Amino acid sequence: MNMSNIVRTGAVLLFPFILVYGFYIVLHGHLTPGGGFQGGAVIATGFVLLFVAHSYESITKRLPMNYFKNSETLGLLLFIITALIALTLGVTFFGNWLVNSGGLFGDVVAYGPNPGNLNTAGIIPIMNLAVGIEVLGAMSIILLYMLSGIKEDI
Amino acid sequence: MIEVLIQLLILVGLIITALLVYKFQDLLSAAIAFGIFSFLLSLEFFILQAPDVAIAEAGIGAGLTTAIFIVAIRGTQRNEEAE
Repeated sequence: MNMSNIVRTGAVLLFPFILVYGFYIVLHGHLTPGGGFQGGAVIATGFVLLFVAHSYESITKRLPMNYFKNSETLGLLLFIITALIALTLGVTFFGNWLVNSGGLFGDVVAYGPNPGNLNTAGIIPIMNLAVGIEVLGAMSIILLYMLSGIKEDI
Repeated sequence: MIEVLIQLLILVGLIITALLVYKFQDLLSAAIAFGIFSFLLSLEFFILQAPDVAIAEAGIGAGLTTAIFIVAIRGTQRNEEAE
């Protein structure tokens, strides 16, 4: 059972803007309010909008359930591998091994509040990105499993 | 002064939408009223200077929970049965 044409077109038109806003919240997690969990929840809201507007068969034809399972696994692996690399470099588990290194996310912040330089804070943006990917997969898969139980001939 | 007025308006809106959720016999209308309740609650969190909680409430309360209710209504029937 599909929803009406207006609902389906509106969901497809609204989807990219929700995606951009969610990734903005994830990537600015160390500077502004929000972070991995909140941004992931916003991205999952965009996917859920698509799921509610379409039927289960037409969704899983374009976006198989394996995509979301894989994104969940990828986020968790990125999180724990980033934490384990710190052990091999001689700092503690979850030690911030990228901060002030000069490279990726390694700029030195002057004393006082950060005026908005995104390229700071070491491994914290990487952790935010991992949590965002993981929450996006987990919350989408909850609704996809729920949608799979509906008998479509009602 | 203006903050107190806005807060009073939001709290009255919260009570009204909560009563509407109880009163509606059409379950889809009740789900939408619950979404409006969550949205007003996230505005209240923002006024109380907790923007982190406000974003989480707007994403999960107003977005995901309403969608789960709508999917559940699609799988069952739309109207509440008369007692």
